Amino acid sequence: MSPAQILRFALAGLFANKLRSALTTLGILIGVGSVILLVAVGNGSSQAIEANLNSLGTNSLTVLHTGAGLFGSASGNTGAQSTANLTVADARALSQAAGVASVSPVVSTSETLTYGGNSDTGTSLTGTYPSYFQATNSPIGQGSYITDDDVTSARKVLVLGTTTASDLFGTANPVGQSVDVAGVPFTVVGVLKEKGASGLQNADNSAIAPLSTVQETLTGYGSLNDIVVEAQTPAEVNAVQSEITSILDRLEGVSSTSNANFEVLNQASLLAASTSTSHTFTVLLGAVAAISLLVGGIGITNIMLVTVTERTREIGIRKAIGAQPGVILAQFLAEATLLSVIGGALGIVAGLVGTNFTIVGVKPVAVPASIALAFGVSVVIGLFFGGYPANRAAGMRPVDALRYE
Amino acid sequence: MMTRQAAGGSAPPVPQAGGPRPVVRLLSVTKTYGTGDAAVQALRGISLEVASRDYVAIMGASGSGKSTLMNIIGCLDVPTSGRFLIDDIDSASLDEGQLALVRNRKIGFVFQSFNLIPRMTALANVELPLSYAGIKHAERRARAEAALRLVALTDRMHHQPNQLSGGQLQRVAVARALVTTPSLILADEPTGNLDTAATRDLMGVFDRLNVAGRTIILITHERDVAVHAKRVVQVQDGLIVNDQRLVGPADPPPMLREAERA
Repeated sequence: MSPAQILRFALAGLFANKLRSALTTLGILIGVGSVILLVAVGNGSSQAIEANLNSLGTNSLTVLHTGAGLFGSASGNTGAQSTANLTVADARALSQAAGVASVSPVVSTSETLTYGGNSDTGTSLTGTYPSYFQATNSPIGQGSYITDDDVTSARKVLVLGTTTASDLFGTANPVGQSVDVAGVPFTVVGVLKEKGASGLQNADNSAIAPLSTVQETLTGYGSLNDIVVEAQTPAEVNAVQSEITSILDRLEGVSSTSNANFEVLNQASLLAASTSTSHTFTVLLGAVAAISLLVGGIGITNIMLVTVTERTREIGIRKAIGAQPGVILAQFLAEATLLSVIGGALGIVAGLVGTNFTIVGVKPVAVPASIALAFGVSVVIGLFFGGYPANRAAGMRPVDALRYE
Repeated sequence: MMTRQAAGGSAPPVPQAGGPRPVVRLLSVTKTYGTGDAAVQALRGISLEVASRDYVAIMGASGSGKSTLMNIIGCLDVPTSGRFLIDDIDSASLDEGQLALVRNRKIGFVFQSFNLIPRMTALANVELPLSYAGIKHAERRARAEAALRLVALTDRMHHQPNQLSGGQLQRVAVARALVTTPSLILADEPTGNLDTAATRDLMGVFDRLNVAGRTIILITHERDVAVHAKRVVQVQDGLIVNDQRLVGPADPPPMLREAERA
């Protein structure tokens, strides 16, 4: 009895019940398809997070003013130093640390920008130094950067993010035009390159102006919101982080982390944290999909049990005319495996087609290993879940099987 | 017909000692179903020999044990005690796989309810035992076509079972039984579901097969069918109660002789 002949018998068996075979196949199709698609979604989202974090600049550290004084009384910490501001003097002190390429003090505020009849609300306006552009990986697409001279003279100049620029000017060139920020006219000198959405925030809905100008006209001379420190190389980031932490601890008189008025964020550690989060997310999605694959496998057992019972008499006839138990086993095992392999192949096609669509804002990226794994698992599922019914068919006594009505 | 029966009756039941080699030999075969109080003894010690080229009808009422006997002769079941040999092979010594091999090579089954596989053409049904014997496609096809020619069904070989009449179905089943050239054709009430004309046709096929040298065991409860055989064995309550030879094992079957005479 050749394998080809067994396969032919198995195919004939499947074709005898086309609808039933198709529905069973569908179960595996959905299982395999969703494994591939959901793992691709998880993978796509982690790649997007990585790309976003990289666009922030992996050399940079952010010293965040946490305003511990605000929460100080609640936590029983009333130390005077804890309410201290982050100042430009602090920033200047940090620029002395070894391995630091640049230091950009930052104030930020949310303002409404207007030009003619157009206005853009909730634009994040950053007041900073020119080094900020490089430290945060924000190159200019059009026009020019803010200069040191602009900062010293507190000129009312502005660089716009792409979304803000298109909201205010449409397709017109904004460079050289005058934009009102909270009633104060600013001249647009440049437009940033598009950065893309980063999480919930649109990094392109932004405007950057000289630190001195923003403090003078909008925020006043209170605390800086943060200080962006750029290390000379990515390898030095961790050393720079501990150095600036100790400098600030000394300057601010911080004795323990509980009364610190600042926090130093490291893009690299953010990246690692996000990567592990999105990895967990991918595993969870994959697990949900794997359950649907398992359900599809149980569907195979179910339908093969029905088939074997329904065809008891046929099995009896085959045995009476000399079919070996092994051949009967192989025939039903082949039927079950064909169901799962066809379902698996179609599931791969469906999954790959699905990855061409953007799903909840994520562009899925198929993982080749997940395709191989899902297909392999579907074959194993056919053999495993078909095994019990096929074994039952092979073990039937011909006398009983022939008598079955 | 009466005269021939009388003539057959006058011949003593012959033990097959010096005759041709026996195809089938049963030695004090018993078969018990169930255990303890629920035990039912279907066969209570049957000894029977069937010579090559013989044509035997086994008769009995339902419940007489003739179906159990047929299952044992067909290697579908094994005796509780006693020995059953087919071509000198003891069925008790065989495992399930070897029994399947014996069924495939040595026995051709014809069942009362035809037992063809639905959704397979007549030709494919006849080819099936050859497939299980591992015979290649071209030879399989040629032998199946030859078998269908023998039962005069060449024009129906690409029909599926649901497109055939009862008589045609049973002739396909006969073709399937003889396609492997088995030592024995075993027919279990083959005419049970057939009308008179189809019965006459089918018995003609059996008669001709016997003339061509096939050993046939026929289980039936119809006397009209049994008279085609050369020997009639009556079973009752699990025992052989009568064993009647109508004509010698090497002679042509009686009804064929009659038809030729007519």
